[in-house]
Formats: sequence, structure tokens, C-alpha cells
Amino acid sequence: MKARKLTVALVAMLALVAAGCGSSSSGGKPDLVVSAASSLKDAFNQYAQQFPEAKVRASFAGSDDLAAQIEQGVKPDLFASANTKLPDELFQKGLVQKPIVFAGNRLVIAVPASGGKVSSLADLAKPGVNIAMGSDSVPVGIYTRKVLAGLPGDQSAKLLANVRSNEPDVAGVVGKVAQGAVDAGFVYITDVDATDGKLKAIELPASLQPQVAYGIAIVKGAKHPKQAQAFIDGLLHGAGQQALKAAGFDPPPPAGT
Amino acid sequence: MRSRSWFPPLLVVALCVALVFLVLPVVAIFTHTSPGDLISSLGDSSSTDALRLSIETTAIAMAIIVVVGTPAAYFLATREFRGKPLVVTLIELPLVLPPAVAGIGLLAALGPKGILGNTLDNAGITLVLRTAGVVVALIFVASPFYLRQAQAAFASLDNSWLEASRTLGAGEAKTFGRIAIPAAANGLAAGLALAWGRALGEFGATLMFAGSFQGITQTAPLAIYGNFATNFDGALALSAVLVAVSGALLLAVKFLTGSEVLGGVAH
Repeated sequence: MKARKLTVALVAMLALVAAGCGSSSSGGKPDLVVSAASSLKDAFNQYAQQFPEAKVRASFAGSDDLAAQIEQGVKPDLFASANTKLPDELFQKGLVQKPIVFAGNRLVIAVPASGGKVSSLADLAKPGVNIAMGSDSVPVGIYTRKVLAGLPGDQSAKLLANVRSNEPDVAGVVGKVAQGAVDAGFVYITDVDATDGKLKAIELPASLQPQVAYGIAIVKGAKHPKQAQAFIDGLLHGAGQQALKAAGFDPPPPAGT
Repeated sequence: MRSRSWFPPLLVVALCVALVFLVLPVVAIFTHTSPGDLISSLGDSSSTDALRLSIETTAIAMAIIVVVGTPAAYFLATREFRGKPLVVTLIELPLVLPPAVAGIGLLAALGPKGILGNTLDNAGITLVLRTAGVVVALIFVASPFYLRQAQAAFASLDNSWLEASRTLGAGEAKTFGRIAIPAAANGLAAGLALAWGRALGEFGATLMFAGSFQGITQTAPLAIYGNFATNFDGALALSAVLVAVSGALLLAVKFLTGSEVLGGVAH
């Protein structure tokens, strides 16, 4: 009868877990489902705690994967991307409402705070240096390739030869640098800030810095468009803006540049 | 009497729900896009590189698993010793570990900052972000499938055969090689097929430990995830290949262990 007791215990455990999930999603407030770029994780989680109109349920991944989900018919209330191209494309396809630019960021080279093989952009092209970057479909990887395109051809080729991993999102790049799997990685300044001193940033020359702008859009057919709009308003001037600033994001860059 | 009337239909309904739920996603992979488009999107270099890498890394992993795992399983099947249940449980643990846990565990053990990181570094061995790292991740997640099946296969052999062989002066090594392995061959092969299927599907541990780079560490499941955003058809095509291969491996297991598959196959 030991097996029977075990079965009962397992079922009870499942029931408890299920009840826990159920109760956490209720509580009167609607669930606002937000699909957001990995780099927004800390800022959005912070903002979510202070957002009064809904319980924010954010999922974070590479912006390109989130956009692909929306193309496949997934309908979050909001889509926040680490660039403006992906929400613009979804807008043109009629899948989201007109996107709004709500934040800016800077691409940097992340290295271990304790130092290492890399202390400048030029070091990345040296033999024996290992680099991680975003894949060519995720915004951080696209920005990185823009930077490389601005380098002299041989330097960019040598740097690319040192790339060991094309990660599906920026969190993957941060993890590879933090674990010492690579010597350096291209990430946003906010990602370095979020490591609490484990990583440090090497700034890129201003002439090479790509314009990193974050776009957000309400998804067509969103269940809670009113709360979604309130979430965007707060990002532009309110608790969301404060959370973004605290996480190290820049104000949205001027449009049309 | 009344209870009989509603219960059997309930069982049928439950089975139908389960069957549709489990089969629909697999069918959808093949019907979402036309077969011609599926085949043509396999020509993409990231797909071909990923398939080649998947075949290579899983083949190497399987070779290592068989060479080390077969004698280890034989030992477990033929010996009794104190703590054996604990050893068996420890060996089986990766079966139920989430892949992400496997990935973080491998990093903590064999990564540059892991407990064996310095030792490996001094020996000039780098695993993270290398093809060798993929093989290590595959062995970690897949070997328990082989070990378990192989142990069961050896354990089910008639002990008197092995003893007869030994008393006839064959020695244990000869008995293992000439008698036990051939007699347990079907069970061993079934374990190998199970392990191979698990290795082909490995995703999380590989991404965390070995990263993702075309031709070096981007296996088929990683390429599916990588292509998902920009090349959905390509991702579907690779998925279709994995479904076919995994299905073939499962059939092999069923055949080797003598289970019926389609009703017509008697044993």
C-alpha cells in the first residue's frame, strides 16, 4: 500500500500546484499579457509591480521569436521589441496597432569585471579571443552586425572568426560571458548594469554606435486594450518611464533619424 | 449494472482525447506547408549543417555510451553490492532532470568556472561552445536510457548460461563478449535506439553548455529554434525530418523488444 500512499501524495501535490496557479491569476484585476524583448526583463518586472490597472504577465524572449509567435496567431496584449523594425512589420501586416517608440539603449561590449583578454574593441579581432553575439535575426545581433559593418573589412572578418556562439537572445549572450564561456559579448548597457558588477561594459566609439530604439504596440485583438494603452502611457511618462530610467535605458531617440 | 453502461464509453472518450492531442501537432508539422516547400527548404545551408552536425554528434555520443555503458550495465546486472540501489538511482537521475538543469549542472561542473574547469583548462581541453561540448551534453542526457535498458537486458539473461560458460573455462571477459552481449543484443540495441532518440532531441542543455553556432554547435533542434523567427518553413522541414527519424527509432525499439506495433506484427 506504499505505492497507493505515494499516488495520493502525488495527486495532492498536483492539486496544490494547480490551485496555486489558479489563485495567483485571479484577484479581480485582469491579466495583461506582455511579450517583451529579453533586455526589458528587469525594467518591465519592476514596472509591473507598480502598475495598478492589471496584473502584468510578461514573457521575455528574443524579439524576433515573439514577433514570429504573433505571426503564427499568438495574441498577447502588448508586444515590446528591442527594435522598431519588427513591430513596424507587424503593423504593416495588420497584426498590431501603430507602434510607439518608448526607450533607447546602447550597444556595448560586455567583459568580466575582473578583467580578461579584452579591454578594447580592437582586442576582439585578436587570435584566441572568444566572442558571443546575438543571432542574425534577433535585434541585438542585427545591431552587432551593423557595428561590424562599420569596421575595416579585415578587422570585421577577424572578429567574426572569433565568434563561438550566435545566441537566440541577449540573455544568452550575457550568460555566456558571465559563465566565462567567452571573453566578451555584444549586449546592451542595461544588461551589464543588471549583473550587479559581475560584468563591465566597454563603450563603442560614437561613430559606430547603432541607434537602439524600442518599439511597443498593442496587438490587434488584444483582450485588454484599455489596460494595454495605460501600460504604454506609463512607459512614456510615469512609473514605467522611471523603471526604464532606473534600469539604465535612454529616453526614446528622436523619431525619423 | 448501470455503472457498466457509462464506464466503457468514458474510457473510449478519454483515449480519443489523448490520441488526438498527441497526434495532432505531429500531423500538423507535415500538413502546415506543402511537401515540396518542406523539401526545398531543407536545402538551406543552416539546415544541412544542423542535420550533419546532429548525425555526427549523436553518433559519437552513442559510440561512447555503448563502449562505457555496456560493461557498466553488465556489472550492475550481474553483481550485488551494498549501495547498489543508490547507484542505480543516481544513474537514472538525468532521466527526470529538466534539460536546463542539465545545462547549468554541466556548466557548474565542466564550464570554465566549474569545479573541473581549471583541471580541463590545464589539460588543454575546452568543452563549452565546441562540438565536444555538444557530445558531452548529449551523453549526459542520453546515457541513462541506454544504461537502464542494457542493465535490464543483461539481468534477464538466464544465469545458468553465464555460469555454464564460466565453468567451461571461458573466463568472465569471454563470457561477457561471446555469450552475454550476443544474447542481450536486442535489448542493448533497443536501449541504444532510445538513447539516440533522446540525444537527437536534446535542446536546452546543448544551448546552455555548448551555445549555438552553425556547423559547430548548432544541432537540428537548435536550428529549428533559430529558424523559427525568420524561416518558419525551414524550421518545419527540419522538424519533419526529426519526427521521421524519431519515429523510425521508436519502431526499432518496438521491433527489437518484440512488442507489437501495428497490430499485424506478431512475435
